[in-house]
Amino acid sequence: MDVLEQLAELKVRALGELADIDDARELESWRVCYLGKKSRLTAVLRNLGELPLSEKKSVGAGANRLRVELESNLEQKKRALREAKLASSVQKEGLDISLPGYPFPVGRLHPVTQTIHKINDIFTSMGFQVVEGPEVEWDYYNFEALNIPEEHPARDTMATLWIDYEKDSNQRQMLLRTHTSPMQIRFMEKVRPPLRIVVPGKVYRYEATDATHIPMFHQIEGLAVDEGITMADLKGTLYEFSRRFFGKDRKVRFRCDYFPFVEPGVEMAIECAVCKGEGCRLCGSSGWIEILGAGMVHPEVLRRVGIDPEVYTGFAFGMGIERIPMLRYGIDDIRLFYSSDLRFLRQF
Amino acid sequence: MKVPLKWLKEYVAVTLPVTELAERLAMAGTEVKGTEVIGGKWENILVGEVITVEPHPNADRLRLVTVELGTEQPTVVCGAPNLRLGDKVAFARVGAELIDGHSGQKIILKPAKIRGVVSSGMVLSEKELGISDIHEGIMVLPPEAPVGAPLAECLGDTIFDLDITPNRPDLLSVIGVAREVAALTGEEPSIPEVSYEAKGAPIEEQVSVEIAAPQLCSRYSASLIYGIKIAESPRWLKSRLLASGMRPINNIVDVTNYVMLEYGQPLHAFDFFKLWGNKKIIVRRAGGGEVMVSLDGVERALQGDMLVIADEKQAVAIAGVMGGASSEVSQETTSILLESANFAPASIHHTSSSLRLISESSMRFERGIRPELTLLALKRATQLILLLAGGEAAKGLIDVYPGRKEPEPISLSTERLERLLGVEFSPQQIVAALTSLGFNCEPTSSASEFRVRAPYWRSDIHLEADLIEEVARIVGYDKIPTTMLSRSLPRQDPEPGLGLKKKAGQSLVGYGFQEVITYSLTGREMLEKALPGSGSLKALPLRVANPMTADQEYLRTSLRGNLLAALAANRRHEDGPIRLFELGRVYLARHNDLPDESEILSGLLSSTGLEKSWPGGDEPFSFFDAKGVVEGLLTRLDVTPSFEEAGDEGLRPGAQAAVVVAGNKLGVVGELHPKVAEAFEVSGAVYLFEINLTALLPYTIGHKVFQPIQRFPAVVRDIALVVDVGLSHRQVVDVIRGFPLVQKVALFDVYSGKQVPVGKKSLAYRLTFQSSTHTLTDEEANKVQQQILAKLSSELGASLRS
Repeated sequence: MDVLEQLAELKVRALGELADIDDARELESWRVCYLGKKSRLTAVLRNLGELPLSEKKSVGAGANRLRVELESNLEQKKRALREAKLASSVQKEGLDISLPGYPFPVGRLHPVTQTIHKINDIFTSMGFQVVEGPEVEWDYYNFEALNIPEEHPARDTMATLWIDYEKDSNQRQMLLRTHTSPMQIRFMEKVRPPLRIVVPGKVYRYEATDATHIPMFHQIEGLAVDEGITMADLKGTLYEFSRRFFGKDRKVRFRCDYFPFVEPGVEMAIECAVCKGEGCRLCGSSGWIEILGAGMVHPEVLRRVGIDPEVYTGFAFGMGIERIPMLRYGIDDIRLFYSSDLRFLRQF
Repeated sequence: MKVPLKWLKEYVAVTLPVTELAERLAMAGTEVKGTEVIGGKWENILVGEVITVEPHPNADRLRLVTVELGTEQPTVVCGAPNLRLGDKVAFARVGAELIDGHSGQKIILKPAKIRGVVSSGMVLSEKELGISDIHEGIMVLPPEAPVGAPLAECLGDTIFDLDITPNRPDLLSVIGVAREVAALTGEEPSIPEVSYEAKGAPIEEQVSVEIAAPQLCSRYSASLIYGIKIAESPRWLKSRLLASGMRPINNIVDVTNYVMLEYGQPLHAFDFFKLWGNKKIIVRRAGGGEVMVSLDGVERALQGDMLVIADEKQAVAIAGVMGGASSEVSQETTSILLESANFAPASIHHTSSSLRLISESSMRFERGIRPELTLLALKRATQLILLLAGGEAAKGLIDVYPGRKEPEPISLSTERLERLLGVEFSPQQIVAALTSLGFNCEPTSSASEFRVRAPYWRSDIHLEADLIEEVARIVGYDKIPTTMLSRSLPRQDPEPGLGLKKKAGQSLVGYGFQEVITYSLTGREMLEKALPGSGSLKALPLRVANPMTADQEYLRTSLRGNLLAALAANRRHEDGPIRLFELGRVYLARHNDLPDESEILSGLLSSTGLEKSWPGGDEPFSFFDAKGVVEGLLTRLDVTPSFEEAGDEGLRPGAQAAVVVAGNKLGVVGELHPKVAEAFEVSGAVYLFEINLTALLPYTIGHKVFQPIQRFPAVVRDIALVVDVGLSHRQVVDVIRGFPLVQKVALFDVYSGKQVPVGKKSLAYRLTFQSSTHTLTDEEANKVQQQILAKLSSELGASLRS
């Protein structure tokens, strides 16, 4: 038998054995046997020089072809064995994937905070800056500077909690702010127009607690002052807010209302979501839900902080926060917001 | 303000459907809070005429009454004694919805057999119709009521309940509402002329008025009427008062109330002969210690800043608020002095709120009505009293008017209107809108400018902006376009504190904490309960002068109490782990200034030890959970805290630490003191943390400098040390950190027990060595490690655990 015939036989035997191998150790023995340093094939290749010139060429080529073929078959087999092992291990280690994941605690922001963030974001994108002010205020900022002097009937609509403190000679009255509007004055005292701000925060009223009244709640105030600001801008800004907050399908209505620190005064209402304007129990049969009070900043208010109303105009608005999630989620008792009850808070 | 539409229609034609009228009023500033329909349910109730009244065959006190309805003549059994032939009555057919006269419940009328006689229908009392409480007799209708007509056509009405804003006292009157409706619907209001014959002796010969406090009383008008007869008012008057929400009393008082509702001018009738000396009325401030019994029978202590109406001896009325009992009109009254005056709004508001006495009168005066009204209303009331109570009016009227002022015209330019509203209205539109409201627009030399005078009944018009609002609301706010703010964006200087609060809150949410918001108002007991020990608060909390309740009397100086109360409340229905936080203000008093309002972040972790859950999550919390939250949070806020001894009396001694940043104690973390836990009735361990975000803020605004990432590989070595039990982790770390090649020190085990000698503990650390200039060799690492061990041994007595 010449060398080429031997190689052909070797090929048949090697590939035949390889087909039956099904683990990595056997495969290694096979490699040592057929491709290792002491294998027949290696010996043939090593002893090529001893062959006559006529055979050297054909044997060398045949041996090398066989080496390449065996190596490639070895790689294929290795890959096949790895895949088979993975498949069998996945099958063996299969999980009951319906078991719960290991608990990761879930926290949430209070629905009032969430609402404030959302409103802030909308106005910030329209160039308003978020600022905050003190909750304990002087009478001057809460009332006087906003055209609500002592004995003004509008004071009766904002029953006030007064602070007991040792007064000095100037007899300033300290109180818990009844609305976020004092910040209009504080900001305008500090910053000249053009200005645009929103002021979220807590406000307080002397009110007995029930399903619709609480002594502390949240408001957000808005103020824009510049040359050439008009009531059309007020409507446009609030309309845009409503479109982004409540959705483009909710109709918006602006009607005349009275607040001492604006003129003209405006109330904005949105179409009742429950009855779509037909009238129902929620909206008191009017089809509209009041959302906020607004208006053009009163010339006296501007004059008081040293802004010339002949040059500048502005608008202001204020809205209650709690009302909004109450309407959106159908919450029927405002006290729930401050009950700290996790069964309530976890829903938002 | 309740306005019956039938009454309104006497002054203005109402052509719109009721809902549309309500809508127009609301859009223009006057909301219709409610609409009440009288007779809306009066189906099967008709006007009938009594044609026979016969005795009941089986009962002395009952009668058989036959009623003509035009198409039929039913006979019913009736117990009322007041029916006479020819009376017009309200007749209910079977099936009508009524109020049961005895029980007050709604019923549906069914045929009945009363003492053997079938009665299919009923003649009704006012109570059975639901229009008053009167049930003493059958209601007799006016003779002109058409027989057979539905009762609703004859007696029905719609009543608007209007929400009048404080600036519009003129709308606290039917005539005022009529003028508003006229302007909104393009109708002309018709206000009838008032005239009567005054035949008595001239009034000035019999009584005089002196205004001693002209700043508080700008006008005082009065008439005098003799020989009147006090009686019940006629039905039309009573039913209008009732529909407007007022109780009828007698013809004199009813007329004063009626005219107040009609014109918006409060009036008061004095029994003239009960006035001392009945010669002189003095309008003055109350004297020191003066006392008067008001009409409601309450003795009122008056103060020197209150205005009274007095005779020469005593106060007989609290001006503009309520009359006095001593001169009250009674059944015996024959002569009255009728007052129609104008008082200063602030004074009336002050008096009414100091006395806690709010009347229909005070409500109108405090909103500022115009003095021009006094004579109009006085004449109207005098006319009605002569008509309804007879008597004779003295010639002339008293009219003292020290506060006469001619209102200044206000200039209005179309340009400035456009500048404020953002829309151009033509001069014609502007003049038409203002004229419809009774304003007078005088042209000026400029076509775009007017001189405008408000009508006498409007007390709320002072500025051009007021006129612009009038134009806008009459033309309609919906005619104003919507535009976006179009000028350049103002400069923004965001408050860094807001960003810090948001980031801190969201970090805690990420750690699984639920945010709560609690009342800033609290009770002293709650504040003290959370901080026991010394028994008194460190800083005195600010007190509310007029608290609603004792548990809302103080402004909180700490969030802790509320947070613990929230935990306790939730523990009634939650046995799993609870993580809560609040981010809110505390209020710390400052001398003669507004308080310091610092933003405090306060959180707690609580586990009951009863948790059962799928792996993880049922491990009870420890001090290190709370400390880990604080460390994680502050790291996110770019602050590196250290922890030092704290002396917080609300926390367990030995299990608390002050959170220190740059040498300042800005917070605390620790286990709740068992005494406090007991006081709040929470069981299990509770761990708290508090951080003053306002004080922390400056340290979070640092300037960061990029550190190059180390390129050369690190060498990692684990060491286990045996040290004295009393030695702290921090002492060990401080020594190790002193060596330059040490990149990281991480504790991975703390052990004390059998494996180490008594009085010792083992601390195991993983040390990471790294050089920024070359790859460390084992030899270099070994050398540093030896140096570290030597220093730990010499300075802290630490040895390597074998």
